[in-house]
Amino acid sequence: MAKLAWPGPDRRKNIGARISRLDGPEKTTGTAKYSYDMNREGMLYAKLYQSPHAIAKVTAVDTSEAEAMPGVKGVYIEKDRRGEFPNITYAGDIICAIAATSEEIADEALTKVKVSYSDIGSPQMNDNDPSLISGRDQSKEQGDPDAGFGEADAVSEGTYGLACITHACLESHGQMAEFKDGELYVWPSTQNVSGYAGGLARAAELSADKIHVECQYMGGGFGSKFGADKWGSISTILSKQTAKPVKLMLERDQEHKVAGHRPSAFGTVKIGVKKDGTITAWDSDIWGSGGMGNFRMPPLPYVFTGLPNYRTLGRGIKVNRGAARAWRGPNHPQAALITMCALDDAAHAIGMDSLSFFKKNLHLTDRPEVYAEELDKAAEMIDWKGKWHPRGENTGGSMRSGLGLSIHTWGGGGGQSDCAVTINPDGSVVGRTGTQDLGTGTRTVQAIVLSDTLGLPVDKVRIEIGKNSLPASGASGGSTTVGGVSSSTRDAATQALNALLEKVAPDLGVEADKLEAWDGRIQEIGNPSKGMSWEQACSLLGGMAITKQGSKDTSDGTILTVSGVGGVGIADVTVDIETGMVTINEYAAVQDCGLIIDEKTCESQLYGGTIMGITYALYEETVYDPATGAMLNPDFEFYKIAGLADVGKIKVHLMRGPKYEDRGVVGIGEPAVISQGAAIANAVANAIGVRVPELPLTPDRVLDAISKGGVA
Amino acid sequence: MSTKNTKHEPSGISRRGFLKGVGAGAVATGLLQEVSESAGIAEAATPTTLGPGEIPIKLNVNGQSRSLNVEPRVTLLDALRNRLDVTGTKKVCDRGTCGACTVLLDGKVVYSCSVLAVEAQDKKIVTIEGLGTPDNLSDMQAAFIEHDASQCGFCTPGFIVATTAFVRDNPGATLEEVREGLGGNLCRCGTYAGITAATFEQAQKGGA
Repeated sequence: MAKLAWPGPDRRKNIGARISRLDGPEKTTGTAKYSYDMNREGMLYAKLYQSPHAIAKVTAVDTSEAEAMPGVKGVYIEKDRRGEFPNITYAGDIICAIAATSEEIADEALTKVKVSYSDIGSPQMNDNDPSLISGRDQSKEQGDPDAGFGEADAVSEGTYGLACITHACLESHGQMAEFKDGELYVWPSTQNVSGYAGGLARAAELSADKIHVECQYMGGGFGSKFGADKWGSISTILSKQTAKPVKLMLERDQEHKVAGHRPSAFGTVKIGVKKDGTITAWDSDIWGSGGMGNFRMPPLPYVFTGLPNYRTLGRGIKVNRGAARAWRGPNHPQAALITMCALDDAAHAIGMDSLSFFKKNLHLTDRPEVYAEELDKAAEMIDWKGKWHPRGENTGGSMRSGLGLSIHTWGGGGGQSDCAVTINPDGSVVGRTGTQDLGTGTRTVQAIVLSDTLGLPVDKVRIEIGKNSLPASGASGGSTTVGGVSSSTRDAATQALNALLEKVAPDLGVEADKLEAWDGRIQEIGNPSKGMSWEQACSLLGGMAITKQGSKDTSDGTILTVSGVGGVGIADVTVDIETGMVTINEYAAVQDCGLIIDEKTCESQLYGGTIMGITYALYEETVYDPATGAMLNPDFEFYKIAGLADVGKIKVHLMRGPKYEDRGVVGIGEPAVISQGAAIANAVANAIGVRVPELPLTPDRVLDAISKGGVA
Repeated sequence: MSTKNTKHEPSGISRRGFLKGVGAGAVATGLLQEVSESAGIAEAATPTTLGPGEIPIKLNVNGQSRSLNVEPRVTLLDALRNRLDVTGTKKVCDRGTCGACTVLLDGKVVYSCSVLAVEAQDKKIVTIEGLGTPDNLSDMQAAFIEHDASQCGFCTPGFIVATTAFVRDNPGATLEEVREGLGGNLCRCGTYAGITAATFEQAQKGGA
């Protein structure tokens, strides 16, 4: 019988190869239909009316003039469960919505809505003032920090931080909703196909089994698209009210204001260090904001969790901005920035090369060997030896270059996933899973696993995903998708194959145990002459297809996915000390990826993560008017994301070989985006001789730091 | 943006200015300016007023003449997506920053969010759907797949229209020229490495 365990390197034809994503032809020709692209007969367009005030009570909403407009078909007014207008807590809070026959009419109708407010208050927009702290202290202590500082030859102290940023998905949040025969059909842009319907049950007044969800393509989520959200409910309610399909997608400014924020984090770190690079103590005091929600302290000290003596304190600040949402690698970019910059400053304090300092302390991490190999590889890729100089000790007129590094970790073990594999008598094969492909290549990895398990080329199998009528699969968060779906697919495919082998065994006169699927054939193991083609074998099924369901928690308990990876990033930058502009020359990303299913899309995660990381390191930041709380850059002109010329030369390296691959499948979408902020900030410090305390490393911040003691 | 691949703003009035409510007269002026320029005639014509209600127009989309009714304030982007169900062209920023809505207008690269549908009459509009199909990919589309130049894919159509025009206009372009020439489009997933490789490869092959 075919075994569930992953095949060895000599038995992998598609797994680990470079395979182009299967939905490439649809994505490159505009034929891929995203939720935003769903047009239904007679549909209405819904638009949201948002509060211009950050703090206020709504006393009346008058939509009569809007409703009188030709083309306006439906109105929704937000009320809480007591039937009262909700209290406004940030500028952008949703007050009402209009559905009309065209986008233009809906837009115009919004201008005719009259909302009365009382108790308009002054918002609290400052997330970087420790005197504004509210909420409980989050503290942690290990060993004896005071004794540790006593042993130190030097104590380095610095301030570090990252501004709040948004997810800025190119396809905004929203959905198309349509009622048909008393059931609801929705096409949301979601990271959670199987888990989406429940969030609409109340708005639809239907049980979840009567809510049909489909999302074949979605234009980015990054952690912000797990739930049905208020706008999902609103489009559902408007659709029910008007008996028409209703599409509600957020406008770009709304997307920035209401659809997701990465919490900020700021603070001070003090590190005690001996001359030989031994870290003796850590003391950190961190504050930041998750908007009006709770602040969760980043996991500090990050990666170097074996630090013998440390004390950490985390405290939240309430800010009147939209709610925080999980942002690709929640809390890890913050933790990496704070930890790796503080450690880099400690290395500088004792005059040690940062690479040597980090390597010396790897025993304090969970995976010293992995990081050591990765650091050596990244250092070689970037020519650390040839290029490194002590902080600020460089010449070159106004253009100063520098190197910086960071290391990171992530879980990425597979999440819950079920998959049904059907082998048909005509030899066709389909794998069905209620998962979603965020652009990570979910379809493609499933097809690779399914085809390799059955000894077929990738184009001989078909994958169906993106509907909640398919076997349930978890939300795509935490980089859990690839581990989940590859395990469930392998499990289902192996069971289906074994059922086929049982059918074929008598015809071949070979016990099923001694049969294998290889190279498009079912044959005696290692003996192609005793076998038959895949199609012949399937024809023996007669009229009855085989369908087997597999799960992430596999049928015989074989573990196919594991959690925990390490990765490294090194940045090579040039800073123009006259303008404060930072240029990325090169970035080396080295990543432990577990068993790689598709090398091509795996590399793309590293390239993409690096680019997104460069973007938050250099450009991204939400800016608010302190008086009104209005977001001042809810667009792409002033909320900047990197363009093609801004990212320098990116080099990625995936760690391969049995030591890494035998562990099983691990998701790497999130580790790919963690180290960039810290590595680039450290490179900038190395270039200009002084720490720029906060991201993004905009020219004003860089010049400010230089003026306070950097290179002249 | 390289000067070689400037995204041409049509000479007519911008949509934003129009939406600010200056009225239909301003649109007519813009239209006339556009018409005179494209026709190469200098003398002034009598102003005409379009709208404010829907008016019938014809658009030539990917070689097909399509009839539709739009208010004069409707953008080419919204006309394509909402009236004609040509949805490969994406709406992302809706204000001429991100390039997701890039189409060719008489061969020129334009942001369709910043062109009024009425301005696009009598011009050849080519969208991503006009460049190739899944069964008959253009060279650039095939190169995007080979170099994995799309992830979520939402910026991809705009990028492919832009890169197709770029290599047409810049055969043999260097890597540096590719990087600068494609500054008019944004990607959030971070597919620039693949896009650069695909475009450079196609430029080296001599363009479209």
